[in-house]
Amino acid sequence: MRELKGLLGLWYRELLVFWREKSRIISSLFSPILWLVVFGGGMGTVSHVEGVNYQTFLFPGILCMSVLFSSIFFGLYIVWDKRIDFFKEVLVAPLSRVTIFTGKMLGGTTDSLIQGAILLSLGLFFGIHYSVFSVVAAMLILFLLSAALVSLGLMIGALIDSLEGFNLFVSFLIFPMFFFSGALFPLENLPNWLKFFTFIDPVTYAVDAMRGVLLNLNRFPLGLDFLILGAFALFFISAGTLAFRKLK
Amino acid sequence: MANPVIEVKDLTKKFNGFTAVDSVNFEVDEGCVFGLLGPNGAGKTTTISMLSTLLRPTSGAAHINGHDVQKDPAAVRRSIGIVFQDPSSDDILTGRENLLLHCLLFDVPNAEIKSRIEWALKLVDLTEWQNTLLKKYSGGMRRRLELARGLLHKPRILFLDEPTLGLDPQARENIWVHIENLVKVEKVSIILTTHYMEEADRLCDRVAIIDHGKIIVSGTPTELKTGIPEPKRPPEVLKATLHDVFLYYTGKQLRESGDTAEGGFMQKVMNFTKKNR
Repeated sequence: MRELKGLLGLWYRELLVFWREKSRIISSLFSPILWLVVFGGGMGTVSHVEGVNYQTFLFPGILCMSVLFSSIFFGLYIVWDKRIDFFKEVLVAPLSRVTIFTGKMLGGTTDSLIQGAILLSLGLFFGIHYSVFSVVAAMLILFLLSAALVSLGLMIGALIDSLEGFNLFVSFLIFPMFFFSGALFPLENLPNWLKFFTFIDPVTYAVDAMRGVLLNLNRFPLGLDFLILGAFALFFISAGTLAFRKLK
Repeated sequence: MANPVIEVKDLTKKFNGFTAVDSVNFEVDEGCVFGLLGPNGAGKTTTISMLSTLLRPTSGAAHINGHDVQKDPAAVRRSIGIVFQDPSSDDILTGRENLLLHCLLFDVPNAEIKSRIEWALKLVDLTEWQNTLLKKYSGGMRRRLELARGLLHKPRILFLDEPTLGLDPQARENIWVHIENLVKVEKVSIILTTHYMEEADRLCDRVAIIDHGKIIVSGTPTELKTGIPEPKRPPEVLKATLHDVFLYYTGKQLRESGDTAEGGFMQKVMNFTKKNR
């Protein structure tokens, strides 16, 4: 009960911060919309993929991209917290590190999900048809993806002490994760080397599942996508918890 | 005779072969203010970090309010309130929200949260400012809020690490008055570290001077002041102050490299922020 209360406290703090920095939501939507409207719109004039307009095909991929960026970059706040020393107050609280990590993780995941939900609703303008099932399943995919990636970001943030170092490290990680995920192209007929990197990228399975749910265009069975995403989430949550144990 | 609320026995901390704290022994009695004085890098912050369970001692033992810092860190954390050297409140939250967060993190009973926050705000005269974002607080106001926050879970012992560092004389006087009130009214025991001798002289019942990780001398400020030879100065300022005592025992050499010697988290963060300023 004590741990749960601490967890709620940490979550509450993250939500307050998010609410106070509403401009973050606007700026986080800017780049996905640019991708959809300009890149998607431009390519859409010349290409169709598997029977749908390229812009529509691109939508699930960009949805996952936006969650990828906002989730991993959430780790930056841990670096920031360490710098302003707010975190010391949290570390001396009589709470387990698992609780502290989970509170942060839920905060970051909530941020990402709010952004994801706004973007998902914009799918109306990009040829997406919704059903109750597709909306619920899409949010579940975003939740698993963002739980995995927020944990990854927090783990990196816990290990790195400077904001510049965090940015550098994360850009090396985030762009390959985006490009190899198949967010921009179909997974069929890829050359072997590209296939390899695509298969080890967790984002691939989110994009595939999202395409399945919204456009019925998945390559792997949906169950498998969820299973792999869930496994990645568990793995990164455990790794992040370990990194938090080491925090002094 | 009062009971000791802090008992430290042969406490030692080594970082990669460097001994930051070397077999330190002391006791703090209930209701007393104990001052830990020392030059930069002497081991003050490392000692405080071990007592507050942020760092594990290499050897030795410490009991806070009867709880072992190594065996029962959670009980120790519930018994103590800490005001850190650097601001550790969240500047994007209001004063009240910072206090509420602390209540949730430290498991203050739900029914008491509201009244404790009101009480703490009143204690440090910040009731009017409770709904202002911390960004807009002055350095002294932030300190006061952190002082109040440290008391919300009703700890018996308060740790103050350089409580008035970087404050102007008015704000410092104000913090001192608040600390004196806490001891008188709330009956908390306090352990504080400071560089300011007049601060130690005014607030502390006992002080210990620590250098190179060892306690060189300890006693009441009066004992210490009469225990050294009279300073060579004109008669109107003849009497030794705690400042003289400090320099007598620790020497006048500057400790430029002292900071890097301490490997504690707080020190690291402090060095980091300094470098990037």
